[in-house]
Amino acid sequence: MGKLHWAAIPLDQPLAMAASLTIIVGFLVLFAIVTWKGWWPTLWREWLTSVDHKRIGVMYVLLAFVLLLRGFIDALMMRSQLAIAAGAAPGYLPPEHYDQIFSAHGTIMIFFMAMPFMVGLMNFVVPLQLGVRDVAFPVLNSVSFWLTASGALLVNVSLVIGEFARTGWLAYPPLSELQFSPGVGVDYYLWALQIAGVGTLLAGINLVTTILKVRAPGMSYMRMPVFCWTALASNMLIVAAFPILTATFAMLLLDRYVGMHFFTNDGGGNAMLYFNLIWAWGHPEVYILILPAFGVFSEVIAVFAGKRLFGYRSMVMATLAICVLSFMVWLHHFFTMGAGADVNGFFGIMTMIIAVPTGVKIFSWLFTLYRGRIRFEVPLLWAIGFMVTFVIGGMTGVLMAVPPADFVLHNSLFLVAHFHNVIIGGVLFGGMAGYNYWFPKAFGFTLDRRWGTVSFWCWLVGFYFAFMPLYALGLLGMTRRMQHYADASWQPYLIVAEFGALIILCGIVAMIVQLVVSIRTRDRRRDLSGDPWNGRTLEWSTASPPPTYNFAVLPVVESLDAHWESKHRASQPPAAARAPTDYADIEIPARSANGFVTAVFAVLTGFALVWHVWWVVIAGMTGALLTLLAFGWTPRRDSIVAAGDLASDDIARREMRAGAGGNTPA
Amino acid sequence: MPGVLDPRGPIAAAERLILLDATAIMLVVVVPVIVMTLAFAWWYRAANRRALYRPDWAYSGQIELTVWAIPAMVVLLLGGVGWIASHDLDPGRSLQAGAAPLRIDAVSLDWKWLFIYPDAGVATVDELVVPVGVPLRFELTSATVMNAFFVPQLGSQIYTMPGMTTHLNLLAAGTGDFPGLSSHFSGSGFSDMRFIVRSVSAPQYAAWLARTRSAAPTLDRTSYASLARAGSRSPFSAYGQVTPMLFEQIIEWSAPATAARAQAR
Repeated sequence: MGKLHWAAIPLDQPLAMAASLTIIVGFLVLFAIVTWKGWWPTLWREWLTSVDHKRIGVMYVLLAFVLLLRGFIDALMMRSQLAIAAGAAPGYLPPEHYDQIFSAHGTIMIFFMAMPFMVGLMNFVVPLQLGVRDVAFPVLNSVSFWLTASGALLVNVSLVIGEFARTGWLAYPPLSELQFSPGVGVDYYLWALQIAGVGTLLAGINLVTTILKVRAPGMSYMRMPVFCWTALASNMLIVAAFPILTATFAMLLLDRYVGMHFFTNDGGGNAMLYFNLIWAWGHPEVYILILPAFGVFSEVIAVFAGKRLFGYRSMVMATLAICVLSFMVWLHHFFTMGAGADVNGFFGIMTMIIAVPTGVKIFSWLFTLYRGRIRFEVPLLWAIGFMVTFVIGGMTGVLMAVPPADFVLHNSLFLVAHFHNVIIGGVLFGGMAGYNYWFPKAFGFTLDRRWGTVSFWCWLVGFYFAFMPLYALGLLGMTRRMQHYADASWQPYLIVAEFGALIILCGIVAMIVQLVVSIRTRDRRRDLSGDPWNGRTLEWSTASPPPTYNFAVLPVVESLDAHWESKHRASQPPAAARAPTDYADIEIPARSANGFVTAVFAVLTGFALVWHVWWVVIAGMTGALLTLLAFGWTPRRDSIVAAGDLASDDIARREMRAGAGGNTPA
Repeated sequence: MPGVLDPRGPIAAAERLILLDATAIMLVVVVPVIVMTLAFAWWYRAANRRALYRPDWAYSGQIELTVWAIPAMVVLLLGGVGWIASHDLDPGRSLQAGAAPLRIDAVSLDWKWLFIYPDAGVATVDELVVPVGVPLRFELTSATVMNAFFVPQLGSQIYTMPGMTTHLNLLAAGTGDFPGLSSHFSGSGFSDMRFIVRSVSAPQYAAWLARTRSAAPTLDRTSYASLARAGSRSPFSAYGQVTPMLFEQIIEWSAPATAARAQAR
């Protein structure tokens, strides 16, 4: 069994064991409920093997929420540790445990919370906004999701069996080399991310192809909603950047598994190479996350201001400028390596230049609000919260782009505050805005407004309490990743930060309550119109939830904001009332277990690689290969929706929507 | 409170000035944006019937020009500041201050700092005694994983990397004790990897040097090996003599502890 032994289960660590038990019991309870209710067949047919982009999108977001809980528990533990570990006090978490927690927190929040959240929203929304029936490669889409989920599972398995990396979320060598990290933690990290990384790359290829090649008739590039543009830019970055990550990790794996010397201290290795490579991926990654969030805000602000987005062309240009520039700034993550004034100066200026298109976006949102008629629904609250918070994070970011300022702020809690400011204030707020905005589209009923508002305010206030003290601490000279500190004057700030984290906890609880309350009262909050917000883009022109095929007849797009325009064309009756006459048979791709089965083998292989159980590695890889071959040689059994059935379904849906009073101008 | 806003040397003072200047320049834009966001959101609320509503207004040449120009001009200004400051405050650039510079070779170990004074032939651990007003010329390396050398009140941190050297020039303008730390995570003893910089007057420095030379043990290959062994505690806090070329051996990865560790694989 390779390195695997009973001793790998950390029975001596009560905290880790309690966490593991909670997870295991949680899983068992879930299994029991599903079995007791007899949901397995439905779950298997409708979700686990679904290749419908909407279902896959929902599963991505669900994965993100589950991992948000895990990552947030890590955050709470860190904040609690630092709130007490002042002066001579050691706190309650020893370094070897604490170091795993901050590594897991970063890894999970970026790779398994923020990424699935954004990819999930894009997966769900993009085909609907483009007015098409699915992504370009539906089965590949399912494989992508399940590989991401496999990575997430492996990271969590490390809690129960073995340990996680103690190297920080980017596993810098030489610390992450075998010489300094002989345990399995770094291997868990590397294999989990290699597997999830392949999933992300495939998802990126899929969405780029979809946006470039699969659009409704008349949907020219300059008629695409801004969210589709940001999704295109984000996925192009995925396609360009993720191979770098895979290659970098492959080199570190070769160092660790077969004694090569890419990044080792001896044998001619050089850790600086890793720094450059990982940030050549890592900086674009930041924009992979934030661009879709920018897209969400562009949609949300225009809809809730009841107004066309200001400066559409500028928005598109700014998005693409960010996309290109994001590859030219990576060195600002290590100005303090001593590269010299010219190099530092160049990368500092390049970094600042990114602030120009970003600033343009902020102004465009501002002028979209201007002379609008603003409805303070929950998605808009998140958007306003974002605008105020993000400019502060942007400012501190540009500040650190000035190399001499970075010389005193790098790696300090000021930096930690900065990137949480943009990732929470930007990506997470964007995700939450999108979740509240598109939830009724996905499930046909709206989310509870009151609890949504409570959740928003807790997150916003909690964020400021949790991270403003960290800015101050950075200026006081506190560096990141400390497990305890001698300077007791830092403690009050850290106690305030812990208090902030607890307010955020209330925000998360409110989020869960919001979901539960909304599901329980769904009959009252049912949206039959398909267009609860008076939307502007095509996803609001079909029923909620949309039929598997999204659109009975593909819409013909004549302008930007196609749905809004069709509602406002005074000479014609509302679109819902106008049933098309040209129904044709629709092919719907058959569900496929390919993704799920591949994921099972991927988890098995990854786990066995971590523990050096070579026969399982071979078995797992063979299994994955056979799955692929089997899929390749399975005859297509796509189901057909006949034109007649389609017409009667569609007409019924249209009557229902028209009766609900949707699709009328506000 | 000791921190980067309380500089005790010219480098840190210049960096604080840049920090404050850059913040001020950006606040000129950021504050109005925040105020406008809140003001627009409030005034154009749906309930306010006095507010103008122009649902199809989505383009204005003047505004577009302005919104591209404002951030571009801010960045032009900041970029200029950044470029000039990068050169003026380059860590490798030596400082002109009348006195001849004091050379210090710094080594990050698991998990402590070794400071070798190559000209005086002494070495200290986790304590750096320097004469006030004298330029300090650091050469730095690591005998373990990467770390970063940082004294917030003196300015500019720099990475220490195994097998390589980095260069840093600082100066303490006043006397006093300034806390220093490693600012790049390096493993389980990282949090205790603190040191103290004691800036003292020239006579005090001379006295300290004489005291250290006469009393403390020798840092040779054997005592270095025991010092380099993992742990935050050091057997001695100062060494009165240092084997010549020890720092160079550490860089070349041929000093005993580092070499032994490399072979242990």
